[in-house]
Amino acid sequence: METTVLCKNLKLTYGTGPTAVEALRGIDLEVKKGELLMLMGPSGSGKTTLVSVIAGILTQTEGECLISNLDLNHMPDKEKTLYRGTHIGFVFQKYNLIPMLTTAENISVPLLILGQDRKVALEKAKKLLFEVGIPEKADVSPVELSGGQQQRVAIARALIHDPDIIVCDEPTSALDHESGMKVMDLLRSVIDKTGKTLIVVSHDPRIQQFAHRIVKMEDGKIVR
Amino acid sequence: MYLIALKMLIGDKLKYIGLIVALSFASFIITQQGAIFLGIMKRTFSFITDTSQPNIWVMDKRVQFVDDIKGMKQTALYRVRSIDDVEWAVPMYKGLIPARLRNGVFQSCVFVGIDDATLIGGPPILLEGTLDKLHFPDAVFVNKVGADTKLASKEGDITIPLRVGDVMELNDRRAYVAGICDTSRTFQSQPVIYTTYNNATTYAPLVRDVLSFVLVKSRSGVDPEALCEKITRDTGYAAYTTWQFQKLTMMYYAKNTGIVVNFGVAIILGFIIGMAISGQTFFNFIIDNLPYFGTFKAMGVSNTVLVKMVVLQALMVSAIGWGIGVGAAAIFGWSLSGTELSFSLAWWLYVLSSFSLLFICFVGALFSVMKVVRVDPAIVFKS
Repeated sequence: METTVLCKNLKLTYGTGPTAVEALRGIDLEVKKGELLMLMGPSGSGKTTLVSVIAGILTQTEGECLISNLDLNHMPDKEKTLYRGTHIGFVFQKYNLIPMLTTAENISVPLLILGQDRKVALEKAKKLLFEVGIPEKADVSPVELSGGQQQRVAIARALIHDPDIIVCDEPTSALDHESGMKVMDLLRSVIDKTGKTLIVVSHDPRIQQFAHRIVKMEDGKIVR
Repeated sequence: MYLIALKMLIGDKLKYIGLIVALSFASFIITQQGAIFLGIMKRTFSFITDTSQPNIWVMDKRVQFVDDIKGMKQTALYRVRSIDDVEWAVPMYKGLIPARLRNGVFQSCVFVGIDDATLIGGPPILLEGTLDKLHFPDAVFVNKVGADTKLASKEGDITIPLRVGDVMELNDRRAYVAGICDTSRTFQSQPVIYTTYNNATTYAPLVRDVLSFVLVKSRSGVDPEALCEKITRDTGYAAYTTWQFQKLTMMYYAKNTGIVVNFGVAIILGFIIGMAISGQTFFNFIIDNLPYFGTFKAMGVSNTVLVKMVVLQALMVSAIGWGIGVGAAAIFGWSLSGTELSFSLAWWLYVLSSFSLLFICFVGALFSVMKVVRVDPAIVFKS
């Protein structure tokens, strides 16, 4: 199976001198295309730092991280930003939906970033809303939705521009058990259907069943 | 993305209204105070504006402004008339004269004597009577504001305005009101009384030289400024075009009174308060939206686009605030037109207030933009 993410001896240190914090201490990781990888571990174990590096948001201090055979570390910021916009989809713990926009407009944002026509983007957003099961919520503000519904909107937003990798940071931590299961079910079905790569950061053991593979982290290292 | 920027701005209604109110206030204060200042400055030279027939004013070299009268010899008139390129030249008397009201109170009046033959230099608008009536013995025209207020007599609580046919006392001599005219309000708001030049010399306090100004019209096609230089060179008197004389008068008041400082302080205060409130509100708006800008950044929006979004938001509120502010200032001026308030809303005041608001918005946006550019996209993963 094709490799989407390949990290070798990945290290990242925040700060310098005596206050420096080693967040990643030599990570070796390979994620295959179509795989749902779950990064688990306690708070401060480096999970979020690792996905930030994979998503091109943070740059490692040492080591190599290839995304679809591209080394983001050697990309200029502008290209890296463009790369994120084209190849990465994000699902955040707090959804990060813009309350001043409707749900359909929120979903259409990645396409607008890529310069697509607003009308086309909104139509595609409405189709995705149908796929995530809340077609009737297209014109309402995200603040009128439940947590589960907001996360569905965030998932639709992560999918709309057809990215290679979807990065989810604690997608269920703000949801009740039932909503969390539904969200994970949705994510898993998307992966199975589209063959995209999904990396989920979580410390919620209840959602482990949805993963193809679980990687456990502690103190900036992969322990299992 | 720019539409999204505008929706983000308008969607945060409380801050949006706060921003608009602050910017409207700044725009209003800058425009309104500027217009009042301009109105007052225009009043300083309203007499020159009202005397529209000549395009050159000749006077003693020591004259500093329109009310600073230094008499010239009568020969000055003939010397000016003898200069080539002078179409016509007529004498004018201007001075202050006491008028005695019916109740015995004295009121100082601007007293103007215009050329007997041509009646050039007369009031701009005649409300009652015709100007040729000035040829009647002791005839004067009184401006309406003066006739209705300072020259009016009081019987109990009733104010009786001065009317055509009334007789008054000017510098201890009888004067007959032959007409009522309208003039622009003067800086000192004194009544303005017109009569003929020869008549004026009989009312005026006894001085050696009574000729205040020589009003000149240049021949067609002659540059008035060049003619002014020629008149000064040939006669030794000061000669100014209408605009130069207006400017001289205005600059005198600007330099020698506290008007510029007083209004300048008000305008600057409006500017600073507007900048402080709106700048702060805009900055807070950006800070509140920083997580969204971080999300955009993480999702692939470049810094250039983010900066443009912030600038667009700043421009939008500035434009709306400016429009409301100048609109309110215009309504303010319109609603108080015809009162004592001096208000002149010149086109350049719109430009001044728009540039001021653009500056305010630029400063507000500058600090906000720095925050947005520096926002770490990793903010999106912070819970």
